[in-house]
Amino acid sequence: MTDRPLTRNIDMTRAPFDIGQYRAAGGYASVEKMLKTMAPGDVLDLVKNSGLKGRGGAGFPTGLKWSFVPMGENAPKTKYLVVNADEMEPGTFKDRLLMEGDPHLLLEGMMIAAYTIQANTAYIFLRGEYLRAEKLLKNAIAEAHSKGLLGRNIQGSGFDLEIILHTSAGRYICGEETALLNALEGKRANPRAKPPFPQVSGLWGKPTIVNNVETLCNLPGIVNYGIEWYKGLGLGADAGTKLCGVSGRVKNPGCWELPLGTPIRELLEDKAGGMCDGYELRAFLPGGGSTDFLLPQHLDLTLDYDVIGKAGSRLATGTMIVLDDQTCPVGMVGNLMKFFSHESCGWCTPCRDGLPWIDEIFQRFEKGGGLESDMQVLTDHLEYLGPGRTFCALAPGAMAPLGSALRHFRDDFHDHIHGGGCPWQR
Amino acid sequence: MAKITVDGIIYEVNPQNNLLQECLSHGLDLPYFCWHPCMGSVGACRQCAVKQYRNADDKTGVVVMSCMTPASDGAIISIEDPQAVKMRSNVIESLMISHPHDCPVCEEGGECHLQDMTQMSGHNYRRYDFKKVTHRNQNLGPFINHEMNRCIACYRCVRYYDDYAGGTDLAALGSHHHVYFGRQEEGTLENEFSGNLVEVCPTGVFTDKTFSEHYTRKWDLQTAPSICTGCGAGCNTTPGERYGTLRRIVNRYHHDLNGYFLCDRGRFGYGYNSSDRRITEASIVSVHDDEKGVRKTLTTHDAQRQFDAMTAGDVVGIGSPRASLESNLALRARVGVKNFYAGFSAEQQQCSQAVIAINREQGLHCPDIRTLEQADCVLVVNEDLTNTSPRFALALRQAVRNRASQLAADARIPLWQDAAVRELAQNELSPLFILSPQGTRLDDVATDTFLGTTASQIGLLGEIAAAIAGSGSGLAQQIATALLNAKHPSIVSGISAGSVELIQATANVARALRQRRPDLAAVDICFALPEDNTMGLALLMEEGGGTLEQALQRLASGNADAAIVLENDLTLRATPDAIDAAISGTPTLVVIDQIHNAFNVRARLLLPCTSFAEQNGTLVNYEGRAQSSHQVFPADAALRPGYEWLTPIDPLSSALTTSETILYHSAQTLPAFAGAEKLLPARTGIAALMKSPRQSHRYSGRTAMSANLNVHEKKQTTDRESAMSFSMEGLPLQKDASLLSAAWAPAWNSNQAISKFQDEINGELKQGCKGAHLLQRSLPPQSPVSVSTNNTSNVYFIDHIFGGDELSAMAPAIAARSVGAYLCVGEAEAKRLGLQQHGRAQISSGSYSAELPVLIRQRIAPGAIGIYCGGEINRHAFANGVSISAVAEDGNVLARSHQMFDELVINDSVNHRAMGRG
Repeated sequence: MTDRPLTRNIDMTRAPFDIGQYRAAGGYASVEKMLKTMAPGDVLDLVKNSGLKGRGGAGFPTGLKWSFVPMGENAPKTKYLVVNADEMEPGTFKDRLLMEGDPHLLLEGMMIAAYTIQANTAYIFLRGEYLRAEKLLKNAIAEAHSKGLLGRNIQGSGFDLEIILHTSAGRYICGEETALLNALEGKRANPRAKPPFPQVSGLWGKPTIVNNVETLCNLPGIVNYGIEWYKGLGLGADAGTKLCGVSGRVKNPGCWELPLGTPIRELLEDKAGGMCDGYELRAFLPGGGSTDFLLPQHLDLTLDYDVIGKAGSRLATGTMIVLDDQTCPVGMVGNLMKFFSHESCGWCTPCRDGLPWIDEIFQRFEKGGGLESDMQVLTDHLEYLGPGRTFCALAPGAMAPLGSALRHFRDDFHDHIHGGGCPWQR
Repeated sequence: MAKITVDGIIYEVNPQNNLLQECLSHGLDLPYFCWHPCMGSVGACRQCAVKQYRNADDKTGVVVMSCMTPASDGAIISIEDPQAVKMRSNVIESLMISHPHDCPVCEEGGECHLQDMTQMSGHNYRRYDFKKVTHRNQNLGPFINHEMNRCIACYRCVRYYDDYAGGTDLAALGSHHHVYFGRQEEGTLENEFSGNLVEVCPTGVFTDKTFSEHYTRKWDLQTAPSICTGCGAGCNTTPGERYGTLRRIVNRYHHDLNGYFLCDRGRFGYGYNSSDRRITEASIVSVHDDEKGVRKTLTTHDAQRQFDAMTAGDVVGIGSPRASLESNLALRARVGVKNFYAGFSAEQQQCSQAVIAINREQGLHCPDIRTLEQADCVLVVNEDLTNTSPRFALALRQAVRNRASQLAADARIPLWQDAAVRELAQNELSPLFILSPQGTRLDDVATDTFLGTTASQIGLLGEIAAAIAGSGSGLAQQIATALLNAKHPSIVSGISAGSVELIQATANVARALRQRRPDLAAVDICFALPEDNTMGLALLMEEGGGTLEQALQRLASGNADAAIVLENDLTLRATPDAIDAAISGTPTLVVIDQIHNAFNVRARLLLPCTSFAEQNGTLVNYEGRAQSSHQVFPADAALRPGYEWLTPIDPLSSALTTSETILYHSAQTLPAFAGAEKLLPARTGIAALMKSPRQSHRYSGRTAMSANLNVHEKKQTTDRESAMSFSMEGLPLQKDASLLSAAWAPAWNSNQAISKFQDEINGELKQGCKGAHLLQRSLPPQSPVSVSTNNTSNVYFIDHIFGGDELSAMAPAIAARSVGAYLCVGEAEAKRLGLQQHGRAQISSGSYSAELPVLIRQRIAPGAIGIYCGGEINRHAFANGVSISAVAEDGNVLARSHQMFDELVINDSVNHRAMGRG
């Protein structure tokens, strides 16, 4: 039993465990237990009842997602598990910690997910820049093969599984699960229409589950120690632990495994050591670049999906970006807008043509020459690029920091427009 | 039927469709870009946003894309909801951000879907004040202009070109707002259906380059419903004219045939109309001693007088498969049935007669092109459809996707979800088997292509028929099984091989299938025909008359005073010796034709006739469907339709003076044409005594067009032949569109206006004639007949879409894509004969010989010899086998570049899309 199931093997001062060390530390026990004693349906029920939610950002219940995969006699024989390891959300570096710190944990989680939906091929879609993770995962896959944990008839169970590592050419949109599938097929990384969902028609038109790295790393613990243990890890309504990161002008930026339900203040002050000397907290994005700003008054909220949601933002990836009082909020949001604009795939009109316009306006704010009417254009785009209006969630995600910035930092925008550019640059 | 509510009004809908399609079907104006009636929805442009409500109590609603939302029973939506209106105005505002607003110099202007939709969405004030994104344009070859700066990134071009037409060299490149639609490298668009980009693109990115050379706004074009002359498929077109020259051809929707798309030969092949090889005046070769042999011009009046005088005696008349039914009928009436001969080559006539018999055989059915698209297993025999009857090939590219439709139905994905259906099915295709002497352009979607000479194809067809009947193995069994298991099997061939045996062997497969598949009402089998009226002439020959061989023999033996040859280059139809003998035995040779060619320059009297755009005429397509092709504009006074030159000498003795009376008379008197009178428009109700205008209500300059010649306003030309007028006045399209000169509706200036004339999206036209079927299934079902392979040769003749057709080959744009004659052999054959790639070879047969460049292909039947005639070689001279020898290189530069030559064989390294091959 552990209260840090995700990071208990991780010590970044040394190399990650090889398969021998990993097994000695209890690794792959869940797979052995599962193959010997559990039917795929048992694992599905277990994960459903554990309350595990997707850790990629959307927070969708994992068991529910899996349950849409057609199973049984008449289901397609070919199915796929795809790991979304294309971690590109601004401010997010949690999956990297898992893959670089304990690569076998991901493989163990993948085996559980693949067994549950009876997929015989699993892909890891890895961010191209994660060179260290690539090397470590390649090695871990080879080790697992050599020990008979991958390949045909694993541990005499009759279950086959191959894991294929794919390194991405590098687009933010590949983190969108259907764009990821198109990219994996060698096509343009445009998202697909949903429905049909990947569980029905995914990779190469076959039933497919796409899960985030961290989501999968939760699975071995759940299989090993059960639902009660897992639910007990969380302090609030949500079950389990969460990797939480902090970046910005804090004394000790980094990433830690915390029980869900931990107060934000504890993350910011105890783990990240509080603000650097001479800086005050102005606001923060609680879950990466595509979440709404929260303010210092929200520090006592807990890290729960619903709690953060009620405050008007999202827990999303759980990796916080801190805005201090000596950094221009307009510049920060403008930087994000430039990023999102550049990362639009170009498929749907509002995102493709709306984000560059927003980007141009922010550049004008920065240089001077911003117009009061620009504020109306920005406000119009909040709805125009909002949920349901665009093809996928990229543009609505971009509107989260923009909309909250327009609410919270109105005066800063005013200063830019009427002061001839960014006051911090003058 | 389901019901939906749109802004408080209840409509009956098909729940299998999406909301956008249903709204448009009911005549509602809802703007869209990425959706296309026959390419479905992908949800990219977001222009068709509407508000949808959960139920009657829901007053908030949510904005949805109508193209991506099913028209489910009980759906409640609003087009006029302010949020939906705002969304649509936001979309059009951002689409226009980088658009150059160059409508005054843009060739799309006035028929631009983007203009229409911008108006409809109410965008008229520009807020965006930053720099526009600009692009570099590409030279895409002789057919298509590229102006990327006008692009609104609807993705229709690549969805059409790549997904629908099977092209590989047009792509969406780049990303975010720099996305670019073009080729990886500048160069000619390879696909044979590229011209449809002009109509698929909602703005002026892809425009018709041939039209650019003599551009006119849509509203200034005089137009009329016409039929394509490129092959025997009978695609419907709308040619447009201004100042006496034909300016362009666009698609005219026909539900059963071409739908929304034409091939590039049909669209760009019109240029011969204005060719400098056009025969513009009558001429006669003098026989007087002082000027013997000199060709002298005649006035029309003198020409007619001379013609009547020369042809008063014992006259042979030779018809033409590229002349209208009316002209052929007039010739037959003029010379009498005993003196009337077919203008086919001998094997063409035998083959087309065999095809007619099969088209009359009960238990078989000749599919229209739309039905071909629905086939879920297709066997193509010998015909290189992309090059002979291209619209069939485009249809078969859709047919192989019926596997995808089936998978989607099983997965409950609606078929209009275009991208989702493609993602689901990936490379799974319905079975398509091709038998051919060489690789074809459809091989990339074929389950298997059998490369064989005519003889070995006949052999395999026999095995397939036997396998269907119960005993087979190998490929024959595979094909038989696929045909037996299909819901809608279809067999497609043609007459290119000139082999009746091959036609019978093909029909035997259909007959065998009919015997084993009593569940099918009839087995689909059709034969592509080469010329626009091949079927019409073949039917006429059923009513009496002789063969071309008989005509040539009779002329050679001096048993006629004169010969009248109608619109026919006979050097393409018989051996040079036979033609020479006939000409020297003919005291007076009269030829009526449009274009100077190798044959008609030898005529004593040469009479210029109108082209398809300058005359009314009836053409009968491969199905036996007779269709009217209307005169678009009055020709120069020196030109007359063939039937007018051929008017009986005493016009009072006959009423056969106009195209309508000739057609009506033949329908009454010739059993083969019974029912053809249905083509004549019935003028009742509001249309009684009114004519349909050929000019739009915006037609400009009417009073000034000839002011440079005479300031007095010219009287409008009277059309004494048809129900159309050369005028703006007459029946408004909105009242009666039975003669649809051009698709136009209020607020819909582009070709997308066609939806206003369909009974529903993709449905039949509400008015208008689909043609008259002349062939009845009057012959009893046949059992498979025995077929011999004795008469077949290892020589086959290659067809090319560009250059392979006599008239369109003379269009400059087509000529720019054409190659000259060449010899094609396989690697083994080349080695045996000592031939080099791009080298030269001497071919000879009897007294004939020719020197040709050599193309060595990988994908060619063993032992087969391919010859492309390219208008240079007489096919009949070499049909019965050739001997080949290499010619030493003398350093002469080939007429065409090697590169162009090599482009012909891009399918040698075919990348098969079909799964489970081999």
